[in-house]
Amino acid sequence: MANEVILLDFWPSMFGMRTRIALREKGVEFEYREEDLRNKSPLLLQMNPVHKKIPVLIHNGKSVNESIIQVQYIDEVWSHKNPLLPSDPYLKAQARFWADFIDKKMYDAQRKVWATKGEEQEAGKKEFIEILKTLETELGDKPYFAGDDFGYVDIALIGYYTWFPAYEKYGNFSIESECPKLIAWAKKCLERETVAKSLPDPEKVIGFVSELRKRFGLE
Amino acid sequence: MAKKEEEVKLLGFWGSPFSRRVEMALKLKGVPYEYLEQDIVDKSPLLLQLNPVYKKVPVLVHNGKVLAESHLILEYIDQTWKNNPILPQDPYEKAMAFFWAKFVDEQVGPGFFSVVKAEKGIEVAIEEAREHIMFLEKEITGKDFFGGETIGFLDMVAGSMIPFCVARGWEGIGVDMIPEEIFPELNRWIKNLLEIEIVVECIPDREKHIEHVMKIVERIKSA
Repeated sequence: MANEVILLDFWPSMFGMRTRIALREKGVEFEYREEDLRNKSPLLLQMNPVHKKIPVLIHNGKSVNESIIQVQYIDEVWSHKNPLLPSDPYLKAQARFWADFIDKKMYDAQRKVWATKGEEQEAGKKEFIEILKTLETELGDKPYFAGDDFGYVDIALIGYYTWFPAYEKYGNFSIESECPKLIAWAKKCLERETVAKSLPDPEKVIGFVSELRKRFGLE
Repeated sequence: MAKKEEEVKLLGFWGSPFSRRVEMALKLKGVPYEYLEQDIVDKSPLLLQLNPVYKKVPVLVHNGKVLAESHLILEYIDQTWKNNPILPQDPYEKAMAFFWAKFVDEQVGPGFFSVVKAEKGIEVAIEEAREHIMFLEKEITGKDFFGGETIGFLDMVAGSMIPFCVARGWEGIGVDMIPEEIFPELNRWIKNLLEIEIVVECIPDREKHIEHVMKIVERIKSA
């Protein structure tokens, strides 16, 4: 049976970016469908009735939801090339731990950086930089989080990088001066075609964030 | 007799569903382990050293390798001790198990506190909580366990969290959240769980647990 893969996504979503990268790493042909999050398609609502969120991965008619679960699923289904997770149980658990850390901490912290102001924003900036520094420490001197090979944790984090210029603009700070190693890592990831093709232009992201800020009455 | 080189320690807390589910997995696999009860308020130097990121239980130490976060620990246990598998082999089924486990821990579990706060009134709170739980009712329909004919990963996650943790909270605040007439399948599943010795061994004492959860409820209400 031919593989039919559809990805319901939204272009600035750092979560959708993960799934795009994973599919490309495995050389999987997929149909990308842009969702209007203010007018969600019947397919989205049908395929993710629990959360009604993107990304939704539909593989031969069955949906897999939650980007980090999708990446592991893709790794296991298309296991013939570019393993994204280590096979050693302990190393795998470590990769899962850091991706989970990113999921638990990054979203709320980054949101405070661009969607709030005053004291709340300052607290958000501080928290955000602390999280990045923790990740930078974990990266250490390795090229990628798991070592020599691009993989799961890199995929979990890299999407946020396209939002960095927006954070810097609206948070009025420099991420590179705080976390130079992490920026170097990100630039290295972007040299991969699978990543470059899956990430939007950060200028477009700034435009998107600006629109959201207007909607929230911040501009 | 355990192999000389296998050393397994579990830092846990009697009232934590996250820690109890790890015990279920270790017991199911017949893995001998040393249990170290933790004070989760006055945290031990060992706990802080082994889990500096979250400072929480459970923490599993296997031959010096340190693991935190219960879902990951369960996956690790399943891959390391291959008897009595708890995760499905099929990638889709496995993805579903992870999805529902996340749902239990992120929506159903913390949903208890929404019911406590009942910002839109208790009836709305109960209705919203039941909407979430109804997804699980559908998932278990027609199956003895979420894992199929035997208990698996999702049974351990949902079992430790719902009937043997949050339900104590519901009882404490006087809410009959999952009556049999609305949730016949989940109630049937709970009865199935109670027939499994290793599950029963990992259920916190009911009275003590209700008291413990009600202390948390008081703290939330007075905040």
